[in-house]
Amino acid sequence: MTKRIVIVGGGTGGTVTANLLARNLYRQLIDGKVVINMITDKPDHVYQPGFLYIAFDKIRPDEIVRKQRELLDPHINLFVDPAVRIDRDNNVVITKSGKEHHYDYLVIATGSKVVPEEIPGFREGAHHFYEMEAAKKLRDALRKFEGGRIVVTVGVPHKCPVAPLEFTFMLHDYLKERDILDKTEIYYTYPINRLHALEPVANWAVPRFEQKGIKYETLFNMEEIDARNKVVRTMEGTELSYDLLVAIPPHKGAPVIQESGMGSDGWVTTDRKLLRNAGYDNVYVVGDTTDLPISKAGSTAHFQSDVVAERLTSEILEGESSSEYDGKVVCFVETGFDEATYVWFNYKTPPKPTPPSRMLHWMKLGYNRLYWLSAKGVL
Amino acid sequence: MSELKIDRTIDARGSACPGPLMELIKGVKSAGVGTVIELLSCEKGTTVDAPAWIKKVGQEFIDMEEKEGYWRIVMKKIK
Repeated sequence: MTKRIVIVGGGTGGTVTANLLARNLYRQLIDGKVVINMITDKPDHVYQPGFLYIAFDKIRPDEIVRKQRELLDPHINLFVDPAVRIDRDNNVVITKSGKEHHYDYLVIATGSKVVPEEIPGFREGAHHFYEMEAAKKLRDALRKFEGGRIVVTVGVPHKCPVAPLEFTFMLHDYLKERDILDKTEIYYTYPINRLHALEPVANWAVPRFEQKGIKYETLFNMEEIDARNKVVRTMEGTELSYDLLVAIPPHKGAPVIQESGMGSDGWVTTDRKLLRNAGYDNVYVVGDTTDLPISKAGSTAHFQSDVVAERLTSEILEGESSSEYDGKVVCFVETGFDEATYVWFNYKTPPKPTPPSRMLHWMKLGYNRLYWLSAKGVL
Repeated sequence: MSELKIDRTIDARGSACPGPLMELIKGVKSAGVGTVIELLSCEKGTTVDAPAWIKKVGQEFIDMEEKEGYWRIVMKKIK
């Protein structure tokens, strides 16, 4: 009897999972004993960490986009047809075209999306770099910027938690390169009472901010942006004026999750080790869309994909699996235009940033090109 | 405190990033007024940080207790 695997979502998590499964189950795919169907809403696959570099004119937009079909093993069926409903009780995903995809195993990898509209005034008053068009607009605004106060502020929740810090360090070097650093005040704000969620990273960043003259304020949760007067107001009752505002928008999960009654704000209830959706042993969840209290980041999705692909392979071939996710996350952290550090951590091991180096920066730049091998399940 | 009806549990145990306070902020933002939220955290620092933030933003801090290997902090969204 053919086993049908449906993967909803063609981002990092869905793509890595699909390709690893295709490799592990190659013989079964050839023999027609396994079918892998991927359902996604876009024909293109975008390397989202590249947006940060687009904002500073370091990468061209076309360098971070590939056709999803070209990234997938040829034995995987691709349907560019957004999922509109997931019916777990009847093991079926329904797409916008009306097609029903029945499954024996489901992988939910629907990711997250920015919701700037949740902050009044965001669209009118703020720039960000979490989408292609927004990153290009920010790039253009930075090109024209001639001095003043640039405020960096962070919505909750958001993916890629080190990106605001990276942006701030890179902004410093960008302004220095353009000889307008002395005419600019960089003002970084953060929602909790330190510079970053990871305490060792926050402690590491403080002296670097002070050395570079970057001002900062913590316990700063933007609630409203007054675009006319160029002011950000916070939940904490404070306000801050700006000349250029770079605000990380808050995020939500995909609409199909909420519309299918699978989790508030689009986050799916997920077992932190088995990565199964609570109550459904044949439904796995990877990447941003889990409700796990860990970083929403490409590396998280990648490591979870390794586990889910291993679990599904063993379940199909041997009836059970012992593979578990340990909470592993790895992040490079750019500390300017020519140095970087990195952190790794899991549920039990706290992070410990290494001293920044040119070598780590080059590794990050190298990974920006090697990502496509990760997506293909090779790296 | 054990008799209080909890509307939402935020289990942030083992969360290095985004961490318990960020998880709480996320939970408070998406909750309706009147929601009673409990936050579970293994980080001792949360016992200081979370009540301080709850008070700073004008929400109601209800109680805190140490359990086996973690802390439980309870608050109510009142505005």
